[in-house]
Amino acid sequence: MVPLSFYLALSAILFILGVAGFIFKQDIITVFISIELMLNGVNLAFVAFSHALRQIDGNIFVFFVMVIAAAEAAVGLAIIIAVVRNRNSLEADRMSLLRD
Amino acid sequence: MLLLIPLLCFAGFVLNILFGRQWSQKVAGAVGVAFPAAAFVLALRVVSQYNPAQVAAGGVALPWIQAGLLSIPYGLQLDQLSLVMLLIVTGVGLLIHIYSLGYMAHEGGFYRFFALLNVFMFFMLTLVLANNYLLMFIGWEGVGFASYMLIGFFFHKDSASRAGMKAFVVNRIGDFGFLIGLFFIFERFHTFTFAQLFPLVKQMPVEAAWGGPLTVIALLLFVGATGKSAQIPLYVWLPDAMEGPTPVSALIHAATMVTAGVYMVCRSAAIYDRAPHALEVVLAIGALTAIFAASIGLLQRDIKKVLAYSTVSQLGYMFMACGAAMYGAGVFHLMTHAFFKGLLFLGAGSVIHAMNGEQDMWAIRAGAPGGLRKYAPVTFITFLIATCAISGIPFFSGFYSKDKILYDVLTSANGSALWWAVGTLAALMTSFYMFRALFVTFFAGPKPDARHSKPEEHKGGEHHHPHESPKVMTVPLMILGFLALVGGYIGIGDRFEHFLDPIFDTGVPAQPIHPIAGGEWTVTAVSVAVALLGLLIAWLFYIKNPELPERLATSMRGLYELVWNKYWVDELYGAVITRPLRAFSRVVLWRTVDVTLIDGTVNGVGSTARGAGNGLRQQASGQIRSYATWVALGAAAVLLYMYFGGPRA
Repeated sequence: MVPLSFYLALSAILFILGVAGFIFKQDIITVFISIELMLNGVNLAFVAFSHALRQIDGNIFVFFVMVIAAAEAAVGLAIIIAVVRNRNSLEADRMSLLRD
Repeated sequence: MLLLIPLLCFAGFVLNILFGRQWSQKVAGAVGVAFPAAAFVLALRVVSQYNPAQVAAGGVALPWIQAGLLSIPYGLQLDQLSLVMLLIVTGVGLLIHIYSLGYMAHEGGFYRFFALLNVFMFFMLTLVLANNYLLMFIGWEGVGFASYMLIGFFFHKDSASRAGMKAFVVNRIGDFGFLIGLFFIFERFHTFTFAQLFPLVKQMPVEAAWGGPLTVIALLLFVGATGKSAQIPLYVWLPDAMEGPTPVSALIHAATMVTAGVYMVCRSAAIYDRAPHALEVVLAIGALTAIFAASIGLLQRDIKKVLAYSTVSQLGYMFMACGAAMYGAGVFHLMTHAFFKGLLFLGAGSVIHAMNGEQDMWAIRAGAPGGLRKYAPVTFITFLIATCAISGIPFFSGFYSKDKILYDVLTSANGSALWWAVGTLAALMTSFYMFRALFVTFFAGPKPDARHSKPEEHKGGEHHHPHESPKVMTVPLMILGFLALVGGYIGIGDRFEHFLDPIFDTGVPAQPIHPIAGGEWTVTAVSVAVALLGLLIAWLFYIKNPELPERLATSMRGLYELVWNKYWVDELYGAVITRPLRAFSRVVLWRTVDVTLIDGTVNGVGSTARGAGNGLRQQASGQIRSYATWVALGAAAVLLYMYFGGPRA
């Protein structure tokens, strides 16, 4: 049996990769994928704890997170498509209109 | 119905101020005259239905201010006194409105002029019809505002806008006294309404001391009256107010507004009768103003300035009557004065109109070879009537009222022979300077004006010949001339004063009068002699022997300079009050308090906030990745804190 710490280490690695991708990548699609990566890193931790502690709560959280992630993906992709149509660009840094 | 009279004038103001700019001069003028005319017709109706028995019931009242114990209605009342004032204001006002149609035809801002005249009528009617002091004060301030706007009517002229400001500021000093007086009234009696206030006042004793409450109130109210009615020491604004258009001078600065102070003192008769010291002050100020202003009027060259100083002087007469506790005589003179002084100003306006804006009497004489009376006969005759009236020539209106005042001052318990002598001397001066104005303006000089007429024509006089004014101006002159002629007859046998008696029945027992030898006829004989003497001297100086005044002036150079410079009162006020005040304002109020203290605090708060905002603004770059970095760093910091230093669970 794989010990809990292995799962948690993998979860942390996934989350940090997501954060790094979010911060350092310009491409908005990649940023979007990074968000999914962070969510799944968290999901992995939930599931691991749920299994180790023999409690169902963690699994339920994961379902919620997946549902939210699906909804977010739908809305987010729609926004990205709208932005690309309008501005012909995928660069995250150029989307700062709301600041003004 | 009573309420409708001022409101009609207000409606005229609203219509003209909103739409007048788009209207032609004809429409704006028609609207401007129609509403005061309707108000006058309505006033006639109200007066014809007037029933003395209903006076006590008070007029109409709408709730206006309700706050705790304080309850002040927007209430108008019609009694004998306000009835007289109502007819004067609407009647003379209407005539002057009609006259203005002709006089203002060639000036800009026609609609603005009529709108302001109408709003003046509204406030003046509010003032005289109000049934409480506070509403009277609203009217008081309102006429001050209208006066300010109309003095500065030609606002592109620096002197006109300065004169407007001067009038406003000087009046403000008087209003301050008036307002403090009102506070004292409320503090003591808890009401402003005449019908409730005066019965309370009538329970108070006659005060022998200077510091009595009614004396203080009376003196403070009189401060207000000196401002509005141009008495010493606040008369300085009225001569400058002549910068306004001449119909304004006639309506506001001769016939109606400046008499508001007299009206207010008469209205407060119950207070003044119980404050004999205040009456002494009123009498002294009135008499001194009468002679002081008359002496300045002796030497003025500008026809409107002569009339202005004459107005100040005549107002002094009215206050003399009030000071002698003979309020009826004061109101009587107020009425005849409204006729003849309104007429004099309108006549002067007609002259100025005829001479294309010339106001200097000697220039008018030079510009109309052979005497202006030949070119403008109607103006001349009406001006002659008014001059006779103001000088006290027998059987003209002013004769009756001025004679009554002088008699009252001599005989009443409050009066004295000294003030009578002063008043009679002022009457001599009045007669002299008015006939001087008449002779110089309307009669040719003794020699054919070979010296003057030539340069006059070179200055472009070819295009303009002296001419009579149009009908729209001469008809009001004729009506006022008729009134100035016969207006005094209603006072024969004291009928006018007996009509007003219910108002001035203040509950103070009538004082015995000083009997004089020959009774009223002695005073009358002296008055007539004085009036004719003034006429004679003026004729001698300005028709018969025109070198005489100049020789007299050179022989009494010092006195001449003093009077010619109006006793340097303006300069004195400037040096003693205005300049120190301005210096104080500049150094202490502006440089120290305003710039250092207030600006420093306000700017300090502002720049601190701006600096902080500037720093924070750098964070809000709009870059999603920089926000995310901050979130990640923040989360890391929280984690590290919980791991190493945070409270252990």
